[in-house]
Amino acid sequence: MILGEGTEGALITELVFWTIALSTVVSAIAVVQIRDLFRASLFLIVTLLGVAGLFILLRAEFLAGVQLMIYVGAISVLIIFAILMTRDLEDGSTAHNFRIPVALVALILMGVSIYAISNTEWNIIGTETLNTDQMNQAADVFSNGIPTLAKLLLRDFVLAFEVVSVLLLSAVLGSLALVRGR
Amino acid sequence: MTLERFLIIGAILFAIGLYGALSKKHAIAVLMSLELMFNGVNVTAVALSRYTVPKALSESYQTVENAAGFLLTGHVFAVFIITVAAAEVALGLAIIIAIYRSRSTVLVTEAADMKK
Repeated sequence: MILGEGTEGALITELVFWTIALSTVVSAIAVVQIRDLFRASLFLIVTLLGVAGLFILLRAEFLAGVQLMIYVGAISVLIIFAILMTRDLEDGSTAHNFRIPVALVALILMGVSIYAISNTEWNIIGTETLNTDQMNQAADVFSNGIPTLAKLLLRDFVLAFEVVSVLLLSAVLGSLALVRGR
Repeated sequence: MTLERFLIIGAILFAIGLYGALSKKHAIAVLMSLELMFNGVNVTAVALSRYTVPKALSESYQTVENAAGFLLTGHVFAVFIITVAAAEVALGLAIIIAIYRSRSTVLVTEAADMKK
């Protein structure tokens, strides 16, 4: 038994995956290549939507919703507002002089990580790594993910959960204090 | 194959974001590239959580309570990354606006007083 039997490997899933993957990567390149910052931020929104689609393909519907609300709904609006507020003096986002070495470094990093990804023996979920009982458990976890995620967040990771709420509060207070000025 | 292609997309997004974050002059462009890097990491975390088995589950799951729940650890990481990214963007944009007000520039190359 394979998790997601029936949908995984179907032609329509492949088509959806390649469409999302291509548009995500192309618009990510557009984000760093387009000079007009406002247009770049619109392409950033396309990338964030594509990542939300990837989350749905990965059976993380809750995270896809969170991605839509926080990234597409809140962060991109913040970025667009900041661009519009500071727009009057800049003629776009130019790169500085050593962009070619930086591009080389990024390309080398990408090549090394793709090499490492394709040469690692991953411990894939399947009948070789799990017995039948565990497979049923795993299928249950993925078909009913949100309660499991809530248990993890509020039991095993509860310290990080509380610390992150304090972090958010201090970030909001700090940004208010910074922007409000005198 | 199915795991690797998601990981490769994550790596590509991270590399593009790295290029943008290191080569852009405009501070908001740097922040947008940082968002790309965060998203690459998120895709990687969720893909690993979807396709790979943690050691606790494949070896000794009787001794670990709620072992199947650890399949979703990558989702928890992604939730925290998204939260920290939201805090980071709010603070970063506030700092950019403060710099813009006090010295009317948004270029990271010009706000470099600590170099002198």
